[in-house]
Amino acid sequence: MSKNSELQTPNSKLQTDWEPKIVAFLCNWCSYAGADLAGISRIQYPPNVRIIRIPCSGRVHPLFIMRSLQNGADGVLVSGCHPGDCHYISGNYIARRRFAILKNLLEYVGIEPERVQFSWVSASEGEKFAKVVEDVVEQVKALGPAKRLVKRKADPH
Amino acid sequence: MGRENDQKVGAVLVVGGGIGGIQASLDLAESGFKVYLVDMSTSIGGVMAQLDKTFPTNDCSMCILSPKLVECGRHLNIEVKTYTQVKDIQGNAGDFRVNLVRKPRYINPQKCTGCGQCAKYCPVGASDTFNENLSERAAIYIGYPQAVPLAYAIDRDKCIGCGLCSNICLVDAVQYSQEEQEEVIDVGAVILAPGFEEFDAHLKGEYGYGRYPNVVTSIEFERILSASGPYRGRVLRPSDGDIPQKIAFIQCVGSRDETCGNNYCSSVCCMYAIKEAVVAKEHVREIQPSIFFMDLRAYGKDFDKYYQRAKEEWVRFVRGRVSSVEEMPQTQNLKIKYEMDDSKLMEEEFNLVVLSVGFEPSPGIQTLAQKLGIELNEYGFCKTYQFSPVETTRPGVFVCGAFQGPKDIPETVMQASGAASCVADLLSSVRGSLTRERIFPPEIDVRGQSPRIGVFVCHCGINIGGVVNVPEVAEYVRTLSNVVYAEHNLYTCSQDTQLRIKELIKEHNLNRIVVASCSPRTHEPLFQETIREAGLNRYLFEMANIRDQCSWVHMHEPEKATQKSKELVRMAVAKACLLQPLKRLELPVTRRGLVIGGGLSGMTAASSLAEQGFEVYLVERERELGGNLKKIHYTLNGMDVQGYLKGIIERVRANPLINVYTNARIKEVAGYVGNFKTTIIADGAERELEHGVVIVATGGREYQPEEYLYGKDAKVITQRELEEKIAHGDNAVLNSNTIVMIQCVGSRENERPYCSRICCTETVKNALKIKEKNPKANIFILYREVRTYGFREDYYRKAREVGIIFIRFDEDKKPKVAKGKKALEVLVREPILGEEILLRPDLLVLSVGIVPQPDNKKLAKMLKVPLNEDGFYLEAQMKLRPVDFATEGIFLCGLAHSPKLMDESISQAYAAASRASTILAKDKMEIEGMIATVNEFRCTGCGMCISVCAYNALELDEEKKVARVNEALCKGCGACSATCRCGAIDVLGVSNEQILSLVDAL
Repeated sequence: MSKNSELQTPNSKLQTDWEPKIVAFLCNWCSYAGADLAGISRIQYPPNVRIIRIPCSGRVHPLFIMRSLQNGADGVLVSGCHPGDCHYISGNYIARRRFAILKNLLEYVGIEPERVQFSWVSASEGEKFAKVVEDVVEQVKALGPAKRLVKRKADPH
Repeated sequence: MGRENDQKVGAVLVVGGGIGGIQASLDLAESGFKVYLVDMSTSIGGVMAQLDKTFPTNDCSMCILSPKLVECGRHLNIEVKTYTQVKDIQGNAGDFRVNLVRKPRYINPQKCTGCGQCAKYCPVGASDTFNENLSERAAIYIGYPQAVPLAYAIDRDKCIGCGLCSNICLVDAVQYSQEEQEEVIDVGAVILAPGFEEFDAHLKGEYGYGRYPNVVTSIEFERILSASGPYRGRVLRPSDGDIPQKIAFIQCVGSRDETCGNNYCSSVCCMYAIKEAVVAKEHVREIQPSIFFMDLRAYGKDFDKYYQRAKEEWVRFVRGRVSSVEEMPQTQNLKIKYEMDDSKLMEEEFNLVVLSVGFEPSPGIQTLAQKLGIELNEYGFCKTYQFSPVETTRPGVFVCGAFQGPKDIPETVMQASGAASCVADLLSSVRGSLTRERIFPPEIDVRGQSPRIGVFVCHCGINIGGVVNVPEVAEYVRTLSNVVYAEHNLYTCSQDTQLRIKELIKEHNLNRIVVASCSPRTHEPLFQETIREAGLNRYLFEMANIRDQCSWVHMHEPEKATQKSKELVRMAVAKACLLQPLKRLELPVTRRGLVIGGGLSGMTAASSLAEQGFEVYLVERERELGGNLKKIHYTLNGMDVQGYLKGIIERVRANPLINVYTNARIKEVAGYVGNFKTTIIADGAERELEHGVVIVATGGREYQPEEYLYGKDAKVITQRELEEKIAHGDNAVLNSNTIVMIQCVGSRENERPYCSRICCTETVKNALKIKEKNPKANIFILYREVRTYGFREDYYRKAREVGIIFIRFDEDKKPKVAKGKKALEVLVREPILGEEILLRPDLLVLSVGIVPQPDNKKLAKMLKVPLNEDGFYLEAQMKLRPVDFATEGIFLCGLAHSPKLMDESISQAYAAASRASTILAKDKMEIEGMIATVNEFRCTGCGMCISVCAYNALELDEEKKVARVNEALCKGCGACSATCRCGAIDVLGVSNEQILSLVDAL
């Protein structure tokens, strides 16, 4: 990630105690269960992730990812069943195709590829889930806060 | 109802909580029977729970099993009795009295929340049997993290009675004083699904198991591969934790082996060894797996393709029998001595050796069999007959799974459903007599009310409270808008809190509930039921998982964990504001079945449905019923097939509930589950049939060979033609001096890369028959692999004993057949001698394969179901839904699914009937509330959603030019919604707006 750390230098002072916020869309049947298993196995990972449970990775509309970035998420993770394992037969394949296109678009508008990531985590891969989170957090940290697309946030109250 | 019926009991005992027992229980409970599911261990799940992946799809075993476990555990009409054994059984089919004995687990499972604090503090270590003793657990333990029931047990052999667990347990679940308990239950039928035991590899001393740490059994290796296993999914060898570069798999350990008395083939080891080899290599690319085998028995659906792929890319296959394994003292590597096909002796060093251990009957099964009064076969497996593969020798007692004979998961699941169908046949008159339905108060209409949210934050003992500042979270929650009430509980899931939630809903007029505790995957249904009991719609509920996602994974960062918990609850509250009550639609069910195909499978399925009291339409393309069975005369063990066929045709014809249409074809299929309308043309006349389910039993065909001079020389015939001739006492055949049989004709080739499964058995059957009538006949069988799996192996051995000669040939060195001057000439290369042999047979018999029906494509299109690459129908999921299509209400069985033997077709036909009866048993079916919905004003009718829907649940309304959801078929996955570019299609309960509300509340 040397390229990214260079990008980061100008505002590194601001970022010393900055922690990124990551939104994770996890499918109910595999990845969410994998996150549960990480919990049951007490595998520790950084507390930066906010998990949103969805039925299938195929449920993730590109808008969800865009809106997350707009609303102050510094990174987005989408995770589903391994190819071939989809509870809904082919939802993860559809997701995979959709995200391949979305990634191009995001890169085009200047979102670094590390900010939006996809992975396959099964219900028995608690450790892998923790590892994925660690990797994403580390990579997003190296990028610094998301600036593109971010809307100024209104006071929630 | 007659008097006899009144005495029947509408309950069933299922013995064994593995995947077989689970499937049988679910089928029965869904079709109106009360089920007692009994298992000897502390939880259900059986061996499948231990597996890492499953062949041939490499599905994650736990991922597909765990939803079934939960369903079983929660089903209102399934009583799961763990740690329990059958002591005695009395009575007759329809009315048994069973004595059960429950061992003390020293924990009250009703109180135990499965939080696991006790195990954390337990000072005593014990071997973890779930991990095949490769790791340790505490003396107070749970089988595995996803166990059902999620309740601990104390291993009293290890427990030192220190009392720590009892002091730590906040719900007082520990009960040291528990004693063995007896219980008597009345049931109408029993299904035995006790599974199997792995062969004890110690008995094969030459392989060094137990002496050398780096010799492991296949089930141990399965745990090593598993992400939840002893090494957390890293492929390491036990002696030093190194990655084993070279792994040897030794096949047939405890199978096909007369020295240990297990003459039979264990049927699954070839495939699981390939799977383990492939998965190991997937984990670490550098691993070089080698499989030492005799015959590679990849006989099942899509197995051969899996084998070929492994062979080409991943795994080295060595045809040779390993004689010994020796440890090298310095490295603890293992030296393997083996004999090649051509008798050459070889030696090779490996880092790890995996013994592919075979199946044996479970220990204690003999005692159980005696108590139950059922007969066992010579190997101690359950005795069954060819035409009744799931019936034991005692009426009313049925069997499924590995206890009936070694078999893989799909075969087990099929037999389980099959056994359930036979039970339903027997007990159809008392269906629904003992099942319960939950009665709820009428729903409170919350439409138009502003959200009044109640939030319950759980301490989960100290599981959450020990890290997260729970009172602070509850305090924070009270500041959120729309939250009317918030509190924190020691255990939100405990019985007293459920009552409290119900009271508080009334007291504060709460209309949305949020629980911040553990995983919705395990606890959401419980809370949903609670609020439903208080009159709220079950979908007015949301959960925040602050245990698995906060306290347990950020144990050392309590402040951050607390902060994160607050945010997760804030998100849940934001979503709760938008929750709307959803209706579970009820659809009427036309309680009739359509069976397409009048062969063995179709007739079996139709009679089973009719026995259960459902009307059936049986549609057959030919003039006569019987299909392929008309050409088969006897079975491997000599049973009369034509006699059986005559009997079943008579039964079908005589049954007033079965409407038979012969000389008929399907013209059009419309409708969906519960409400199909099918147009058929029978004897030229069109007819419309209304039915609730479809069973596809269209069968397969014999391959028509063009090779080996078939059709050009009268002496070249197929196995079926041979059988016909033998049955009719054709002397020319029976007096032949020399007969050559060639295997795999039209199978396992580029064009048809699958194994036809039945031909090896058929060949051995016919060869033995000829030998029986004419012992002097010289019979040569030219084969690529003899795949006489299971107990059929006995006949293969017998064939060799009576002097039938087996000569192996390779795929690229097929035998050559030519017309000689006097006789046929067959030239084959004998691999042991390495020379070509010339045979001059009087008769050449081709073992031709099974091909799919040529019109499968047409029917598949009408039914909107898929075919596989080979042209056979493709089921919803190969492992656990072997007779279901992805499209609900349509099932399959027999050769339409893949080539299979008669008894397997019968099991599968019963299975299809059982699955179908889960729909037909009710006059209405409830549709899940979280389904897609179309906003017609936004929809442009582009059809994108239709193209991504895996369930055919969407169609285009031609008139309005908008997409329309078929609520009966939609599963709510949301692929359509995420694809829609107009935002016209959404999923109720997980709508775009609701998901975005979570994002907005970040």
